[in-house]
Parts: sequence; structure tokens; C-alpha cells
Amino acid sequence: MIAKREDFSGNLIEFCDVSYRINDIVGREVISAVSLAVPLGETLVLLGRSGSGKTTLLRLINAMLLPSQGRVMVQGRRTVEWDPIRLRRGIGYVIQEAGLFPHFTVAENVALVPTLEKWERERTTLRINEMLRLVGLEPSEFAERRPRELSGGQRQRVGVARALAADPPILLMDEPFGALDPVTRAELQREFRSLAQRLRKTIVFVTHDLREALMLASRIVLLEAGRIVAVAAPREFLHVDHPEVRAFAASLETSPGASA
Amino acid sequence: MNPGLSEWSFFAEHRAEILAATLDHVALVVIAMVIAILIAIPLGMFIVQRPALRAVSIGIANIFQTIPSLALFGFLIPIPLIGGIGRRTAIVALVLYALLPILRNTYVGLSSIDPAVLEAAEAMGMTQAQILYRVRFPLALAVILAGIRTATVITIGIGTIAAAIGAGGLGTFIFRGVALVSDSLILAGAIPAALLALIADFLLGRLERRLKAV
Repeated sequence: MIAKREDFSGNLIEFCDVSYRINDIVGREVISAVSLAVPLGETLVLLGRSGSGKTTLLRLINAMLLPSQGRVMVQGRRTVEWDPIRLRRGIGYVIQEAGLFPHFTVAENVALVPTLEKWERERTTLRINEMLRLVGLEPSEFAERRPRELSGGQRQRVGVARALAADPPILLMDEPFGALDPVTRAELQREFRSLAQRLRKTIVFVTHDLREALMLASRIVLLEAGRIVAVAAPREFLHVDHPEVRAFAASLETSPGASA
Repeated sequence: MNPGLSEWSFFAEHRAEILAATLDHVALVVIAMVIAILIAIPLGMFIVQRPALRAVSIGIANIFQTIPSLALFGFLIPIPLIGGIGRRTAIVALVLYALLPILRNTYVGLSSIDPAVLEAAEAMGMTQAQILYRVRFPLALAVILAGIRTATVITIGIGTIAAAIGAGGLGTFIFRGVALVSDSLILAGAIPAALLALIADFLLGRLERRLKAV
């Protein structure tokens, strides 16, 4: 588990000239020379088209992938030096289809990392209830259900509760709301924004939806073909002079229901 | 060959022998299945992560399946330690037949888990062993059980041939019936064997459905 050092003043996550190739020697470069620092408490959104490398960048943070070149640092330590199991238990992870365990109840799903970390039973139960309430699910109604008895939105809420259960300082989210219907998605985005502000986690959020990026980010990083082409706060992002930024801006005007 | 009155009275007369042979047969099948399960499931778990071994081991299990059963019993007789006339040889042959369905289903069950579930498991910091025992295995159980069910039905049927090498069981009646051209004797072996297969299929099928409901 990542030590909770409140006095930690450096960047929680840092990419130093990172490249990633699929076959380490000759393969195509998925990530090229990326340098990026994520300070404590930031909600960084990685924006880009499919195949731009944003998910790869995310998976480099929790050592699901290791860089071919350069260094990825988490709390000042290279990911290659971390025990990957310890590193990952300190990093919450939410993916598009939630990836809940179908043979576990909602409560057991939320308790995953506390159980792996051998928390006492009482502490775990308290934490399960606290987490379910946090994501808007009443424990008495939902704790004993199986994932297949939930709607897509509810499943994704459980996914967030599971990621937050062991109180990790870092949260990685890979298009968590991408598979939801537009109404549910908007609902979860709003709730997640206020949740993120309250929890003060360091969040890296992957999306291809500019509107979502503008709504949730404290800073947006735009990727194109494995390279960073723009970094800006949401209010300045649309003014950045780059063709890919203009392409995304155009998607705002033409996408249906863009009035929101 | 519908059993007529003479068959029924024959069965009634010999019910003690038929029952004894049936119990013999069940014992043969249970021993063979337990050994096959103890080999095939761990082997299946082992080859999930190793593509090279996967092709080889499923290929070998496949070859056993293609050998005609009477021939396999014959081949095994001259082999020292596992061979010879009697039950031991029969059990070895039955294990070889039961391996493939269990091994294949174990492998298929373990490797066809929703990728999102496996990704989440890995990203939340589960070790490979924890992923295997707490995620892959419980989720594959229904498919593995389907393989055990197939293997059990096969073993009950092929088990009748084991009588040819002196292993006892219901095949004893069948072989004697063929030699003496007696329908009654053949049916005295065939009907209990068919019933055993149906009962095993039904019970294991119910267990499988219960596991699937999870």
C-alpha cells in the first residue's frame, strides 16, 4: 500500500520521457517521449481518439505495463522498483464495464482490497456501508445483491465504491461512464465531480468525450498518436491553437444534444 | 430387444448378482473418475498460463480418445506395473478416456472469463494465484462440471468393456450374453448400465445448473 504521507510535496505521479513499444525492441511506439507530472489532488483528464495511447498511459501508472524507455514514478519511486501488488492495492481502478466479480455480492466486491489486505471484519463492514452510501446506494438494499441484479449505472457506482474502499490516494479511471446511457452518464458525471472535490484524491481519468473532460478535469492532456499535443486547464483548452484541439472542438458543435 | 416376460423373471431371479455387478461397476467408475479429476483439473489450471504445454497436453488426451476402447484395454495388458489382467488395468484405461473432457472443459472454463473481470482483478492488486483460485476457478466451475458429467457418462459406457480384461462390472453379463447368445444376459448388463448413465447425467446436470445460477 502506498504510504499516506500527508507531507508528500512532490508530484504523486510523474512521467519522465516515457516511451512504450508493444514488442520491446522493434514494435510500433504506442507512447512516444511523454513527460508529465500529476500533483497531489489533481483530476487530470487524458483526452484522445481511440488508439491515441491514453489507456496505455493509464496502465503504465499501476505497472500493468512497464515503460520501454524513460521512467514512470509513483510517489517518487519508479514503477519498475515497486512491488506491483503493493503498488496496485494503493491505486483505485475503475473501467468501462466495471469488471465486477459476478460470483461476489455487491458487498464482497466492494470489500475486495480490504479483504486482500486482511482488514478486521467489523472495520470492513463499516467501510462497505460507508462506501455504498458515498456512491448513493443504500447498503440494506444493495449489499447482498449480485452484480447481474443491478443496472449499468448501479454497477458502475459499485465499481467506484470498490476502487475507493481501501482509501487509495490515487484513482485511475478508464472511460468509466462510456457504456452508460446519456441520462445515467450525466447523472454519474455530476455526482462524480462533487465526489472528487470532496475526497481530494489524485485522479487520472481517460475519456474520448471532450464534454466530459471539460466538466471533470482540473487539467486536460490531449494525446494524438502516442504524443502529448496539448495541456491546458478546461477554460483555456478550447483556445489552444492545434489542429487536434480544433477537431475535438468541432465534435462539440456537431454531436447530438450538444446544448448541455 | 424389448425385455419380455422371460427377461423380467430372469432379472428377478438374478437380482442379487445384478446388484453386485452394478455396485462393482459404480466402484470402477468412481475410482476412475476421482483419479481423472485429480489429474485433469490441476493440469488444466497449469496449462492455462502456458500455451506451449496446452497444445501438447490436449493433443495427447485427444489421442487417447481416438484409440478404440477394446484396443486400449488390449494395449495396456502387457505394460508392467499398470498393465495385466484385472481391475487396475481397466481403471487406467478409463482414466485415460475421462481425461480429455475434463481437461478440455477446465481449460476452456478458466480461459473464457470476461476480460474486464480479469483486468479489474489484476489492477486491484490480486496475485496470479489469487486470480486463479478466487476468480477464474469459481467462475469456471459450471463448465468444468459439464466436462466431468460428459466424462462420467463415457466412463460408465466404456466401463462395460472392462469386463473383457477381467475387471468385473456390468460388462460381465454382456460378454457372457454375447457368448451364449442370450438376450436376457445382455440386457441384465446393458439396462443397469444405461440407467446408471442416465442417473449420473441427471444428478450432475442439476448440480451444474445450480452452479450456473451464480
